[in-house]
Amino acid sequence: MYERLIYLDNAAATRMDERVLEAMRPYFFDVYAVATSQFGYSIGLDAREALENARARIAAALGAEPEEFIFTSGDTESSNLAIKGVALALGDKKGRHLITTPIEDFPVLHSMRTLERQGFRVTYLRVDETGRVDLDHLRESITPETILVSIQTANQEIGTLQDIRAIGEICREKGVLFHTDATHAFTRVPIDVREVPVDLITVSAHTIHGPKGIGGLYIRKGTPIKKIMDGGFQEFDLRPGLENIPGAVGFAKAVELVTPEETARLQRMRDRLLERLLNEIPHTRLNGHPIYRLPHNANVSFRFVEGESLLLHLDMRGIAVSTGSACFSRSLEASHVILGIGGDHERAHGSIRFTFGRYNKEEEVGVVVEAVKEIVHELRRISPLGKE
Amino acid sequence: MPLPYSEIVMEHFRNPRNVGRIEDADAKAVEGSPACGDMVAVYLKVDPETHVITDIKFESYGCASNIATGSIITELAKGKTLEEAKKITWKQASDALGGLPPLKVHCSVLAVDALRAAIENYEERHGLVKEREPTTVEFVRKRLKHVMNPLVGLDIIRTKLVKEIEVKDGVVRVVLDIPPDHQFASVMKEDIEEKLGHRWDVKQVIVEFAG
Repeated sequence: MYERLIYLDNAAATRMDERVLEAMRPYFFDVYAVATSQFGYSIGLDAREALENARARIAAALGAEPEEFIFTSGDTESSNLAIKGVALALGDKKGRHLITTPIEDFPVLHSMRTLERQGFRVTYLRVDETGRVDLDHLRESITPETILVSIQTANQEIGTLQDIRAIGEICREKGVLFHTDATHAFTRVPIDVREVPVDLITVSAHTIHGPKGIGGLYIRKGTPIKKIMDGGFQEFDLRPGLENIPGAVGFAKAVELVTPEETARLQRMRDRLLERLLNEIPHTRLNGHPIYRLPHNANVSFRFVEGESLLLHLDMRGIAVSTGSACFSRSLEASHVILGIGGDHERAHGSIRFTFGRYNKEEEVGVVVEAVKEIVHELRRISPLGKE
Repeated sequence: MPLPYSEIVMEHFRNPRNVGRIEDADAKAVEGSPACGDMVAVYLKVDPETHVITDIKFESYGCASNIATGSIITELAKGKTLEEAKKITWKQASDALGGLPPLKVHCSVLAVDALRAAIENYEERHGLVKEREPTTVEFVRKRLKHVMNPLVGLDIIRTKLVKEIEVKDGVVRVVLDIPPDHQFASVMKEDIEEKLGHRWDVKQVIVEFAG
């Protein structure tokens, strides 16, 4: 369908694995019933078994108990539920203060803004130029009224990893709940809730070659949280709605198909790409942290070049990437992440994100480097900037 | 789904005409800045007798619509007199390109502004202008007709987003009828500041939101 496509936007969406589809298929055509109560008919009991089996497998990947994991429609819903659900449970009892970072993805950031409009106070922590959170600022920001700290595991654009363990320990010590959006890290950078003191974790299948429209939320036993959507009693009475059983089964399969060997392979491709782009093209810089970053993410700013132009030229050559340029965004605003780490608009406009996945091949790296080199050279030729 | 750009836009984007600098240009102008994301430079060679634009080149730091508009504007202006070229509108450029998406008006109007600014620059340097025009409420209103409401691709005067304009002691205050957290609030604010901030008699531009 797309001849010779080189797809490097795996942070946005991934190609689903055929093995995931095979695992899901019976739950569309054979075991299509609702997951009934334990006194229901056989086909419904089989559906329930599949759902609970999928739940247990994903929970195990987090080191959690099955009843600590609920399915949602994806990371957007998971983060909305974590933040607004805790606010609903504790807003009147404990306080109306939350803490986050300015570089979170929109589900977290916009949930916080909604709460601010409802009278909650939100502290946005300082991050350094690589996107790492200032832990001292976190420590001094926690007050007796603080009900939740929400800090991502890995950044969606620049790939920076946070010190989740240290953040969790600070929260634990101060008696505050900790939520982390692990949409981009889950399985690629493993997290175990028996070792890391985190109370809520957002995950999603769409970033790991699973189906779209299914995600989940880990909720540590005893965490005060209320449902934010009304309906039936599904998902331990926290997330109403008919269970997406094919999605849940596909999600579990997708989790199991990610291996450390595969992640290491993605990292080698990423490292090669970064090394060549930064060495072979002048006026380039890495966005994010050189070491504490997602293994499959590269984000580079090319000076004197605008990202949408670069993106379209790459597309004409069959290469799909993403950019933090304002021209590309739906709000015409430059990447809040690059601006949030102290970058200027120019750096955001010239930023390109390359994210690797299962179906990328080693030989694609060279093709991409050559294409970027040629296009950047051509766009700089017609740019009024960077000539003197 | 195809890109929202016409074939002609993509053709000019791929192969922009009249790209580069004229080292001994008779006039030049730069509109936009790296900070706002788009920038266009226009260079002119003008016949001193006939005031015909004999050569024109442009440079662009911007997205596809910015590059394509820069390219088409050089084709439209070449061979025209300054008076004729001054009258080229964004609409004409857009029509010549087979239309531009509303969201991209913001990026493409720069090239038209740069051409006009280059002509004004020539006129000033060759004593073709009368007096410098003072920044009045009327002038501000005229200028704001070049600030686009990205939602609909029409200017903010026509879409009635401007609630109030005040000019006092070099301070221009513009009140927009949108909330401060409007999707395009910061884009429109930057645009307004850019259109008026460099005026000879303007010290400060204040944009407020009253929606």
